[in-house]
This record gives sequence, C-alpha cells and structure tokens, in this order.
Amino acid sequence: MRGRIHSVESCGTVDGPGIRYVVFTQGCPLRCQYCHNPDTWKMNDGKEIDSNILVKNIIKYKSYMNASGGGVTISGGEPLLQPEFVADILKKCKQHGIHTCIDTSGFINADTVSAVLDYTDMVLLDIKSFNPDVYKKVTNVELEPTLKFAAALEERGITVWIRYVLVPNLTDDLHDITELAKYLSTLSNVGRIDVLPFHKMGEFKWKELGYEYQLSNTNEPSEILVHQVKQIFKKYNWHKIKDIA
Amino acid sequence: MFKQWDDFNMDGEWTNNIDVRDFIQRNYTPYEGDDSFLADATENTKTLWNQVMEMMQEELNRKIYDVETKVPSTIVSHGPGYLNKEIETIVGFQSDAPLKRNIMPNGGIRTVVNALHSYGYDMDPQTEEIFTKYRKTHNDGVFSAYTSQMRKARKSGIITGLPDAYGRGRIIGDYRRVALYGIDRLIENKMHEKDTMEIKSMTEDVIRLREELSDQMVALNDLKVMAQSYGFDISKPAQNAQEAIQWTYFGYLGAVKEQDGAAMSLGRVSTFLDIYIERDIANGIITEQDAQEFMDHFVMKLRMIRFLRTPSYNELFSGDPTWVTEAIGGMGLDGRTLVTRSSYRILHTLVNLGPAPEPNLTVLWSVHLPENFKMFCSKMSILTSSIQYENDDLMRPYHGDDYGIACCVSAMKIGKQMQFFGARANLAKALLYAINGGRDEKSGDQVTPRFAPITSEYLDFDEVWERFLQIMEWLSEVYVGTLNVIHYMHDKYCYEKLELALHDKDIIRTFATGIAGLSVVVDSLSAIKNAKVKVIRDENGLAKDYEIEGEYVAFGNDDDEVDKMACDITEIFMNNIRKHKTYRNSYPTLSILTITSNVVYGKKTGSTPDGRKAGEPFAPGANPMHGRDTKGAIASLNSVAKLPYKHSEDGISYTFSIIPGALGKNDEERQHNLASLLDGYFDKTGQHLNVNVFKRETLLDAMDHPENYPQLTIRVSGYAVNFIRLTREQQLDVIHRTFHERF
Repeated sequence: MRGRIHSVESCGTVDGPGIRYVVFTQGCPLRCQYCHNPDTWKMNDGKEIDSNILVKNIIKYKSYMNASGGGVTISGGEPLLQPEFVADILKKCKQHGIHTCIDTSGFINADTVSAVLDYTDMVLLDIKSFNPDVYKKVTNVELEPTLKFAAALEERGITVWIRYVLVPNLTDDLHDITELAKYLSTLSNVGRIDVLPFHKMGEFKWKELGYEYQLSNTNEPSEILVHQVKQIFKKYNWHKIKDIA
Repeated sequence: MFKQWDDFNMDGEWTNNIDVRDFIQRNYTPYEGDDSFLADATENTKTLWNQVMEMMQEELNRKIYDVETKVPSTIVSHGPGYLNKEIETIVGFQSDAPLKRNIMPNGGIRTVVNALHSYGYDMDPQTEEIFTKYRKTHNDGVFSAYTSQMRKARKSGIITGLPDAYGRGRIIGDYRRVALYGIDRLIENKMHEKDTMEIKSMTEDVIRLREELSDQMVALNDLKVMAQSYGFDISKPAQNAQEAIQWTYFGYLGAVKEQDGAAMSLGRVSTFLDIYIERDIANGIITEQDAQEFMDHFVMKLRMIRFLRTPSYNELFSGDPTWVTEAIGGMGLDGRTLVTRSSYRILHTLVNLGPAPEPNLTVLWSVHLPENFKMFCSKMSILTSSIQYENDDLMRPYHGDDYGIACCVSAMKIGKQMQFFGARANLAKALLYAINGGRDEKSGDQVTPRFAPITSEYLDFDEVWERFLQIMEWLSEVYVGTLNVIHYMHDKYCYEKLELALHDKDIIRTFATGIAGLSVVVDSLSAIKNAKVKVIRDENGLAKDYEIEGEYVAFGNDDDEVDKMACDITEIFMNNIRKHKTYRNSYPTLSILTITSNVVYGKKTGSTPDGRKAGEPFAPGANPMHGRDTKGAIASLNSVAKLPYKHSEDGISYTFSIIPGALGKNDEERQHNLASLLDGYFDKTGQHLNVNVFKRETLLDAMDHPENYPQLTIRVSGYAVNFIRLTREQQLDVIHRTFHERF
C-alpha cells in the first residue's frame, strides 16, 4: 500500500509516551495560523512510500520503544487524510507488538477512518479552540467535526492526549479555555492535557514557501499566562496536566 | 596475613596471589538504591575547590600556570607539593606545587624544547645537552629507523597523530594493587616472577623481560620513597578508606610523574575503594560525609594532572586533556551489578565540584544495571554533559568484568593487558589517493608507489572501489611497519616501568590501529554509486574538487545498503592490518575514533566526492557527517551501532548532542528517555556514546563570554573538554555538528 509522507523522525520524544518513531504524512485540510510544518499542507508534495518499507524501518527501533515504553506515532500533515495507508501501517505495527498513536486535528468523520482506529492505541488530539469562531479563524475549518470525533474516540475507549496551543491574542481567551477545560472533564478517556506555548520556529518555512505569516508580530506567551492556563485545565482535570519544563 | 585485611573475606586466591578482581568479587556490596544517601560538599571541600578554580582561571590566562625547565620528571624527582596541607585529605602533586608541569625528555627532547618555547620558557642548557649528546630519546630512535615510505606517509598526513615524539600512553597500571598489597608484597612478587625467568635459552625476549622486571622493581621502590616524602609508609597495605584512596592515588601519581602518555587512564577503582569505605562506615570510623569528602578531594587531584604539550599536539587533542579515565559500574560475570555506593559518590563529584572534563567518567552500561542507577546517570548527564557510556554487555564477553577503558573507548583487562597505541590512518585521504594515482591532492607529491590515476570525467564506482582496496592494502602495510618502529623504540627508550610494575608478568598486548574519516569515505562512495560525481582537475591533472549531480543517501540514516559499506570498509581494513607481523606479536585491533583530531585531519585533506570541501573537518570518530543525518537521532545511532566491534575491538566512538527539549517535556521524561535511548542503543550493540545535553545558544554565548562558563564541559569523541579551552576552530566545529533538536 502506497502513501505520501513528508519525513520521518526516529527519535520522537514529544509525540506520545516514550521514544517514538514518528511518521509525518503529507497533506492537511487545515491552515492553522501557527502551523510549524506548512510544508506538509499540500497533498502532492512529499514523497511516495510503500507501507511495507516503512514498517520494516519502524521495526528496527523496537529496542528503543521497548526500553522507553514508546512506539510509533503517525503525525502530519493530517494522517487521517490517507486512512487506508495509515491503517495498513498501524495494523502491521500492532502485529509486531508496537504501541500505536496518531496525531490528528480530528477534522474527519470517525466512520470513514474506523479501519485506522481499529489499530490505534492512542490519539493525540489537537483542539485549537473551544470557541467555534476562533477555531474557524485559526484553522480555516469548523470545530464541530473535531468534537464529534472526540466523542467517537470516547465511545471506542481510545486514550486521548489533548494538546492546546496557546497563542497570545488568538487562543488566550480564558473564558474559552475554561469552557474547553469543563468539556474535557466530561470525557472519560482523556489521559493527559498538554499546554503548548506558541513558538515561531516554523516561521522561516512560511517564508520559504511564499506564504504570508500572520503571527510575525505575535510574541510567545508569558510564563505567567502559561501558568494561568495550566491552572484552569488543572482545576477541572487536575490529574491530567503535566508540567512542561 | 596482614592485619589491614581484618573484616575482609579471606577465602579465595587474592590472599595468596596478586588478584584484585578476586578480592573485589568476594568483598564488594552491590547497591541498587537511589542517590538520596549522598552528602554535599564540606566547607573544606568548597574552600579547596575555590582555591583551585582561581588557579585554573590564572592558568587559562597565562596558558600554563608554571613549569619545570631543568630537572626531568621521575617518580622521585619532585615534591612533595600541597594545595592546603591543613585541610586536604588526599595529597600529592606531580611537582612541588599544584598545576606545575614537568618535562619528560625521554619521549623526545625537541618536543620538550618546543613546548617550553611556545610558552616563553627556555630549557636549562645542561639538560638539553644531556638529552642531545649523551642520552638518546624515543623520538631519535624512531627517526633513525623510519623508512622513506614511512616518512612520506607521515608528512602527507595519511597517517597522523603518531606517538613518535611523545609518550604513547594508553597503559593502565593496576593502581589498586598498591592499596591492597602494599609495595613490599608487590616487589616480592616481581622477584618471584623474575626467578621464573631463570631459563637456559637467553633469547632476546627473555633478556628484555628480565631487564623490564628489574626496572619495574626499581620503580616500585621509588614509589615507596615518593610516598615517604608525604609522610606515608606504603610498604604495607592500606588500613582504612582514606589510606586506600591515598595509596591508589600514589600509584597513579607515580605513573604520571614518570610518563606523559597521551592518555593516562585511572582504571576501575571506585568499586574497589567502596569496599574500604563501607568497612570504615560499618565500623563507625567514618561518616558518609567523610567518604564523600575523600572522594571529592581525590577527584580534585585528578582534575589537576597536567602535562607539557606542544602547540601542534594541542591542535590535535584540544583542551589540555589527560584522559584520567575511570570505568564505573557494569555487571559482574556472576550477574550481580558492580554498581556500589561509590559509583554514585564519584559521579556526585560533578555536583559537589561542578562539571569537569577530568577524570573522564565512563559508565559501563548494561541493560541489567539497577534502574535507580540508570536514572541517576541520566540525570547527571542532563545536568553536566560530563559522562560517557560504553556497552558492558558487548565488552564483558571479550574482557570479563574487571576491565578499564584506556583513553576513550579502548577496553583492557586491568593489570593483565596493555596496548601499543597507534593513532590513526586517514581513510578519506586514502580514497583521494585511489583517484589520484597515489599523489597527494594538496602537495602533488607521489606518496605511494606510482600507479595510474583515474582520468574519466565522472567517477565510476567499480573503478574507484578497486583502487581504494589497493590503497588500503598499501596503507596498512606502511602503517603497521611505522607502528612497529615506534613501539620498539618506546620500549627501548621510554619504558613505562611503574605502570608495568602494576601488571602481571605475562600480559596481552594489543596493537591498536585506528581510522579517521569513515563517514566521509562512505558518503563519497555512496555519492559515486548513487548520484553522479564529476571530477574537477587542475592543470596537472590532479583531482582537486568534485561536483555532485543528483542525491545520495548518507551514512547515519539507518540505510542498510549504505551502512553495510561502512561495515565492509572497517572489516577490510582490519583484515589488511591482520596480514602483517606486529611488534612483540601483539594482537591487532582497530578503533574508529578521532578525539578532536577530526579538525586537523580535515584541514590536511582536500575536497572529497561526498561534497565536503578541502579543509573542512571530518565528523569525529564514527559519527555520520553533520547535517546529513535527516531521520533523527536514533536512525543515526542505529547506523553507528551496526559497525562491527569484532573488527574494531579498540572502540567505536559516537558523540551525540541533543537539546533538552528534544529529550522530553519535563525532567522526569527526559531522564527516562535518555536512559531508554542508552538501553536501546546498546541493545543494538553500539559500543560507545558521548552524551551532551545543551542548547546551541549556550555554546555560542560561551564563545563570546568564556568568563561566564569556567566549567562548561562538553563531550567530544571519547573524552570531555572544558569548552572555553578549545581552539576557536574546534569550538565552531562542535557548534556546526548535528544537534538533534526536533521537537
């Protein structure tokens, strides 16, 4: 089974538990303002690769995965844009006893990707905002599908780690954050919530690609703000927040 | 039986024979707990260390703190010297004052004269006359025997870093023997060994060994005299922990007064010393704080070992290294861990005294090490970047469970094995010779016997490969011959009598060759094979540069085909070495290690077909070339882990730099992930890993503001250096190297 990927990272330590082999797939329907991988947006960029070759490579890293409690993470881009390809990879990884994870925006109908979810141990789910208007502004798409996707994951009992990117003047509304925190407290399958402070390390890629970067004048959030936001999540989900050093 | 041995388990061979391993095995206490028992630095330790830090700052300003210009160093030539006699618990310096460097002209008089000159000193004329007129040196010996071919190979830099004008080093005396047995018992043993050599056929081997044994006994006696000058009688065994550390240090100190070898490793002392420390603690003689203070003061002394080096030596091995390598931890053959509380104590000096390059703290890693110890090491690495790791599970089957590490990556059984250090051959240059018909790409000189150069516009893999094989064959022959000359002469003119007095009579000798530029060669061959490489020649037809059309996969991306080429080249070169007769029938080995010399090798080597431009540094050791490993840190580790240890038994060095954020989001995750990374790499049969954890920005800032980073320590290819002591070129090389920083 062939699919398109952007690149791989053999030493992923921030995309799920332990040390992970991360596959960055090519193509994404979202256009997040703060995206640090805009080079993964277009469907036709990247390179084509056979899932069997990819799995053969992934297996080579089992000693690191076993030692660390890690596994494989399919990130992107949006991995669920290539459900058959990703399902094939994850199925074969499971056959080798490898822990599987996908990193997604959830902007997809869960039914169309059920084959993927059958072989997914964990989902890293980005909820960019709990306010539909802000969500649309950040990503260019609607919030609704992501929430439905989250519900589907709960139904399946798949562990979810939530990631929230905190951008000053964009996603820092404390009321919206409180609403998101309350909503997350109602889900039974949330294992962890990470607050990711906005950074501009991807800015140069936007310029290389000739895209206009709208956040050039936005600063990284202050430590005080990050702390404040974490406290809000903690208030409703105290056991799920990990301190980010 | 000695009364100093009270409370020890007296069963076993160690009481009848010199057998430190047996003593350790029967008496040590494995420790599987955590680091909560450790004690902070005492006030005295802080006072002493502040004093040392001030002196070291002064040394940095003046280049050297002080130097002897007249009296050549011997075990008894200088001293005693003190830092602060009232509060030092472990004493002894190489000279009569701290940080004062000695002269050791037996290696080569010109080297010493030049070194003194470079720091603005002149050698005493009488001393110079003695070593010019009356006493021949190792260096003179070597050059009186070198062939014209050897001289050419040396001059062109295809063989570099040879110990032909300085001490060869890499010999580890079993300094623990001094503490456990006392000098008198050791001399008695040597006399017995000499008696066994009362044989009828007086061949050269027998004559040489008898003379060596006599010299060894002289050295042991000298050591006793030296210790006496500090007020200690080491004729008998040490009777407590403080004495055990002091006796062991005296053994080492004698060695570094007699020899200024490139690497003067300490061995594997911490678990041995732990037996004495635990005995004293159990008997209420000392507290944990005392134990840590002894260890801190011992390590402080080891940090102050100094040798006089020439500028050209410093260019090769930057940062004033001494390679006081101490092997820590590992597992015993019986499955018990060799980690003790003192494994923690010696690593804890990195906190009590701050990070430092020396002693070269080397953890022998096993997947079976206690989890607590793994996490502790990981924590200390993240905190200090001062530790290197070597694969005990890989080496134990070869060397047992009482081996140490000479220099950076060379394992050897303590007291039972030595090596003839052979620096390294520049394989990247060899590849260029294959293309240029054996003419040097920089000078145009014909270095090898003449053969036809490649004249095609584009390089053809088969053609280059075939000639490269021939060049490697030629190179190995010249190389082995050169080393034979060097070690014959070193034994003759600069014999390490004390270090070898602390060895058994019959020892294994390895013949330690090495290679540099492996990743440059592999990438070049991959480019020639998988892309198109166009040759750019000068008016004399000499290939000077290369243009690559298309892309190629480089070493370091876990690509089996490319990595296999690296393995094949290693094996082929090693097999070439094995074809030749070696001095004293030594056992040939190979290392893939450059230390900081990758910069100098690069400087001496023209542009290569991988796209590296003339003069640019090689990657250090077995590292992939920086910037070409695109699949992340572990893919690059996997590539290096494939290199075959059985064909590079002298070690395979990999230097790994990662920013904290790429190891995980918080301290706990980072420690866990780093420990897992080590488990994974060594499970894949990697041999060695230097671990640096810091941000590129830190190094850039340290270049501009060295005064703010007096103790910034980084690991480079098998040893650690104080970053601000590197040359600017080497600082830049370190910064340009791959930092794994994706997150």
